[in-house]
Amino acid sequence: MTPLLEVEDLHVRFPLTEGTIEAVRGISFTLGRERLGIVGESGSGKSQTGRAILGLTARPGEVTAKRLAFDGIDLMAAPERLRRSLRGSRMTMVMQDPRYSLNPVMTVGQQIIESYRAHKRVSGRDARRAALAMLDEVRITAPDRVMALYPHELSGGMGQRVMIAMMLITGPELLIADEPTSALDVTVRGEVLRILDQLVAERGMGLILISHDLEMVASFCDRVLVMYAGKIVEELASGALDQARHPYTRGLIGCLPKLAGDSHPLPVLTRDPAWAR
Amino acid sequence: MAAGPSPLTAWLTTAEPQSRTQARVGHAYQSFRRLARNPTAMAGLVIVGLLVFVAAFAPLLATHSPIASGDLRTERLLPPGPVFWLGTDDQARDIYSRLLYGSRLTLAVVILVSIIATPIGLAIGTVSGYFGGWLDRVLMRITDIFLAFPRLVLALAFVAALGPGIENAIIAIAITAWPPYARLARAETLTIRNSDFIHAVRLQGGSSLRILLKHIVPLCLSSVTVRVTLDMAGIILTAAGLGFLGLGAQPPTPEWGTMIAQGRRFLMDQWWVAAVPGIAIFVVSLGFNLLGDGLRDALDPKASR
Amino acid sequence: MSLDPGLTVEALPERRGRAALGFAGGVAGFLLTLAITLFGLVVVTFVIGRVVPIDPVLAVVGDRASAATYQRVRAEMGLDLPLIEQFRVYLVKAVTGDFGRSVLTTNPVIEDIRTYFPATIELATLGTLIGTLIGVPLGVFAAVRSGSVLDQIVRIVGLVGYSVPIFWLGLMALLLFYAKLDWVAGPGRLDIAYDYLVTPVTGLLLVDSLMQGQLDVFWNAISHIVLPAALLGYFSLAYISRMTRALLLNELAQEYVVTARIKGLSEARVIWRHALRNAAVPLLTVVVLSYATLLEGSVLTETVFSWPGIGSYITSSLQNADMNAVLGGTLVVGAAFVTLNLVSDLLYRLLDPRTR
Repeated sequence: MTPLLEVEDLHVRFPLTEGTIEAVRGISFTLGRERLGIVGESGSGKSQTGRAILGLTARPGEVTAKRLAFDGIDLMAAPERLRRSLRGSRMTMVMQDPRYSLNPVMTVGQQIIESYRAHKRVSGRDARRAALAMLDEVRITAPDRVMALYPHELSGGMGQRVMIAMMLITGPELLIADEPTSALDVTVRGEVLRILDQLVAERGMGLILISHDLEMVASFCDRVLVMYAGKIVEELASGALDQARHPYTRGLIGCLPKLAGDSHPLPVLTRDPAWAR
Repeated sequence: MAAGPSPLTAWLTTAEPQSRTQARVGHAYQSFRRLARNPTAMAGLVIVGLLVFVAAFAPLLATHSPIASGDLRTERLLPPGPVFWLGTDDQARDIYSRLLYGSRLTLAVVILVSIIATPIGLAIGTVSGYFGGWLDRVLMRITDIFLAFPRLVLALAFVAALGPGIENAIIAIAITAWPPYARLARAETLTIRNSDFIHAVRLQGGSSLRILLKHIVPLCLSSVTVRVTLDMAGIILTAAGLGFLGLGAQPPTPEWGTMIAQGRRFLMDQWWVAAVPGIAIFVVSLGFNLLGDGLRDALDPKASR
Repeated sequence: MSLDPGLTVEALPERRGRAALGFAGGVAGFLLTLAITLFGLVVVTFVIGRVVPIDPVLAVVGDRASAATYQRVRAEMGLDLPLIEQFRVYLVKAVTGDFGRSVLTTNPVIEDIRTYFPATIELATLGTLIGTLIGVPLGVFAAVRSGSVLDQIVRIVGLVGYSVPIFWLGLMALLLFYAKLDWVAGPGRLDIAYDYLVTPVTGLLLVDSLMQGQLDVFWNAISHIVLPAALLGYFSLAYISRMTRALLLNELAQEYVVTARIKGLSEARVIWRHALRNAAVPLLTVVVLSYATLLEGSVLTETVFSWPGIGSYITSSLQNADMNAVLGGTLVVGAAFVTLNLVSDLLYRLLDPRTR
């Protein structure tokens, strides 16, 4: 059986006047219908990995890979038309902050319906019905009312649930969630994660959860990839964090706050330039 | 030159300047390097440099008198030729020489308007931003009123009241030019006002006047300078427009807008009389616009998108 | 022409901030600002009127009148009152549209303005229409292909527009398209043969002639207006395309654009429906500002094309020291400019859902 996603030797480069920046430097992994976490600090290339898979690397970035395939479709060779028809219908992404990632001058309803009708030939009435049902699935009460709202009228948690509804309404098989909760209030993070968890489980989707929060990723995913300076430095089963060997991962674990015991002085992550080689 | 950076370059580009002067000169040098990488900005700089050069050496470069008429029977309205390089006007004056002397007026207008309008804008803007409160509200309300005014029509009315002439045109343009500088200076002051180093100066007992003059005004200067440079083309065009309407410099002064107005009567047959000064205005305005654009990119990378 | 090159994207967040006051506060604030600004305009024209070296009494009685006549007329004109009282009278008259009589045409100034202003409006409207219909798509393409040859061309077109003296370009256009090529009709609004064939209703010749079925008048008017309108359109286009490009580049860098692409929308839909829709609100204010500037800039264009509009009226009155006409014209153009300027601010509140 072909895996949902195959990535082999993926590179993302940004040629700038001051020199080329290599954001992602040859990473490889495969994904089935499972939950994969990618953890790393800002600038480690984890978000660029997600964008490269969707084919949304910003100009003037270049993407190369030995193999980048979705459900057996070679994405590197696929024409832009095909990639666009895959985007939004079979693979999708939820971004960090609903305050910026929702279009401020379109109502929630317009945006969700647009997402649905971009890939399904249905009447406006059917699309509206589907949108209402989807909002219900992300546990929005009074979806009728919410459909008419503009993004700035939503709270952060509601905005992110709308975003999830908009991205999952077409029933995609792969979801990349890029820091889906880090812009939210701590109090609603758990709720948004539970909704995401349930939808992924019910629909049997593949999920890539990108985050800087090792603990959250470990509790949510089956496997965790640790990225540093554009490379995967370690792959771990989420139950086996204590078996981490790479000093960077161990440093990350050491920095997690503990309830028991005194943690003075606060541990500081020391970096070895050799890791980046 | 040797391969490595010369001692001078090293002194200019060091990350740890030893004195304020070195820091200032070094900063200017870095800005200039950024400007120099922008070919259109350099083209603008060359044009403006050329204008200054021509204005300075007009008597040496001119082939005829800019004011005195030639032989009215044989030398009127001649096309460009070997004696009169750009032809002659209806008073048998050499257009080329008049053009050269006209550059002095253009330069004078730009400089005078800038040195009248910039301090007004800086003073109102920094005072308004620094003190805040009712003073800020009153000053900004006045600024907004001026900002909403039609500049050309107002300059026109001013000149009508004060009487035509290049001095009055300059005053009229300056009176309508300052409001954007005040707004800009106020915005800059607001961001500087609460910074730690201003608090430090205040704790050391620095007076408000001293803080404004020594710390806030210098920091506002670069963005206001860019804005003034961007406006210079507009100033030249307004001055030329007033000249064209007969409200700026009066004949026989070789002001470019006035020259176009005079050439207008012979447009159909001796078109060069009106065409040539217009080209001069266009080239000089373009130079200032290119330079202003480049300066904005070099000094204020944020705004360059 | 003073299209304001400083009004770039940096200037707009401030407007956005002001817009955040909310809609109701917006309308009240708008009316207050409008009133204060118009009052300021009256003050400025009053001051200008007082510093004029021309003696307004002499202009009426002539320099051979006796001292007694002089004093009588002076008192009639209210010039012996204290300055503040003179201002009160001036203000009341200005508000009621009484700007006195024009010495030159002997008509009340307000009637002259009624005759001349529609010609200006007709010209500026057509110019803005041309500038918007061409400038917005040009700006969009320049932003989408930023850095390309097309982008460079749009930039140069804009820079030339900012740098060329409008009256000179008008003269050169007349020389080429009217005198040499004979493609268009010359100065003025109509050929003399067509004068007085159309009864002014709106004062807009193109509209009136169409409504009265005078097609040949209409076509003649078109052949007269096309050159000055194209010229104003070019200046408007230079400004609008540049602003469209900057605004759209700003929007294209936003996250919601990425979202739209993730949804699998076509690039055309991402740009025109998502990004441009967000830029539309500030863009509309740009168009309104450009319209206001064209109304004002008419002073120079109308002189070049002998266009019988308010600009020509002001300048010819100026050259004849007809201060009533100059100040009345300035007030009306100024009031139109101020109102449009502030309306562009108000539009922000009306059209941006975030401020409703």
